[in-house]
Amino acid sequence: MEEVPQGCPGTGSAQAGRGASCQGCPNQRLCASGAGAAPDPAIEEIKEKMKTVKHKILVLSGKGGVGKSTFSAHLAHGLAEDENTQVALLDIDICGPSIPKIMGLEGEQVHQSGSGWSPVFVEDNLGVMSVGFLLSSPDDAVIWRGPKKNGMIKQFLRDVDWGEVDYLIVDTPPGTSDEHLSAVQYLSAAHIDGAVIITTPQEVSLQDVRKEINFCHKVKLPIIGVVENMSVFICPKCKKETQIFPPTTGGAEVMCQDLKIPLLGKVPLDPHIGIQEFCGHHPPKEEHFLSS
Amino acid sequence: MLRAQGRAVHQCDSGWVPVFVDQEQSISLMSVGFLLESPDEAVVWRGPKKNALIKQFVADVAWGQLDYLVVDTPPGTSDEHMAAVEALRPYSPLGALVVTTPQAVSVGDVRRELTFCRKTGLQVVGVVENMSGFVCPHCAECTNVFSRGGGEVLASLAGVPFLGSVPLDPELTRSLEEGQDFIRDFPKSPAFPALFSIAQKVMSEAPARLS
Repeated sequence: MEEVPQGCPGTGSAQAGRGASCQGCPNQRLCASGAGAAPDPAIEEIKEKMKTVKHKILVLSGKGGVGKSTFSAHLAHGLAEDENTQVALLDIDICGPSIPKIMGLEGEQVHQSGSGWSPVFVEDNLGVMSVGFLLSSPDDAVIWRGPKKNGMIKQFLRDVDWGEVDYLIVDTPPGTSDEHLSAVQYLSAAHIDGAVIITTPQEVSLQDVRKEINFCHKVKLPIIGVVENMSVFICPKCKKETQIFPPTTGGAEVMCQDLKIPLLGKVPLDPHIGIQEFCGHHPPKEEHFLSS
Repeated sequence: MLRAQGRAVHQCDSGWVPVFVDQEQSISLMSVGFLLESPDEAVVWRGPKKNALIKQFVADVAWGQLDYLVVDTPPGTSDEHMAAVEALRPYSPLGALVVTTPQAVSVGDVRRELTFCRKTGLQVVGVVENMSGFVCPHCAECTNVFSRGGGEVLASLAGVPFLGSVPLDPELTRSLEEGQDFIRDFPKSPAFPALFSIAQKVMSEAPARLS
């Protein structure tokens, strides 16, 4: 993957190839000629590759720590409960790749075959890909700027041999930046079914979800719905409920009503999920997600 | 969280004027949130544009005399983090406070964050374990909702100070929603002793650690 100069204006920018930080970049002439603004050929290549993938779902959140990767993993497991459904889980959180740990696949490596990179299979019908599989140690940090992350995402979509897949779930990092733009851009010719947005009940989280919803509108990404995670805590001893993250403005329910977006469900805080993830297992709670 | 939503940023001769969030004018704030037309507006920027704004926040804001500049970052080890370190490096002392939740999935990511600190020469002031246990207000049973202890183990393995654990506290979450000063208004709440102690440690130990 090529290094890009710090301060790179972006290959699509009007300053591409002409900015001060372009001096010395191996792609300077290419950008200055306007070739950088041409559509990326990878988009067509990815469209071809995605012909064997029936449904593509992006899992987004405005905030970190709301349980997006947990949800993605459990959704993938839930869909794969039916042996006849082929499921693929792609983790494009390049800096914080949690999916291998959650799926019990830490330490697994990716193999190359004639038809591309092979995903790591956790079940016969559930394959996983993550930058986590390309790192040699759990302490390795991926200290990459946007363009390098974008290149990785392009490779994941173009070079992984997913095979015939019914559902491709794409787990993203929080926010509305490079990874999200790249995923939408590279899949632009391949038809994404839509996005599921995860939130917790409090306004501080919902505020970021509204930005995420605006992002989806801007890039014309359909919204399948919102999941409210960590809705309520049920004490294992006295069984009484407490709202640890209080829905001071009505939670996701009111927000979804206001914005006319489906609320797919509410998931309570469950200490067992943390333990299960540590062990790489999944509790039989997929009914929550499947019923949506 | 600091009840400063909707405030405007003004220019003066020495740059942008940060927004004061308290009457005593002891805490000033700068955020891209002040530059948006609406709170729902999404900032859909790629790395280079984010980097440029972060540089401006450091170089073009008239911060004045400060005892502490606290920089809140998004999760990860990417553009924003590199830009912040590069922009702040000329101004020492500079250190990192690393926050995790207790469970293995979080600790797994924070290990990488500590590597980022090491690789960029950013001294770690310490690790804080947040959302560490919840005491049921009905029966006082403590449940480790997100497991427990991961932060302390991580700090020990990485050879950095462990500053403390902060429990889950609905009063804290609620006060952030309403922009209240939790430290001033909720001294009896479960998270208060932990937050207070961590702040004390940072103030007393950081200068020596970062010199």
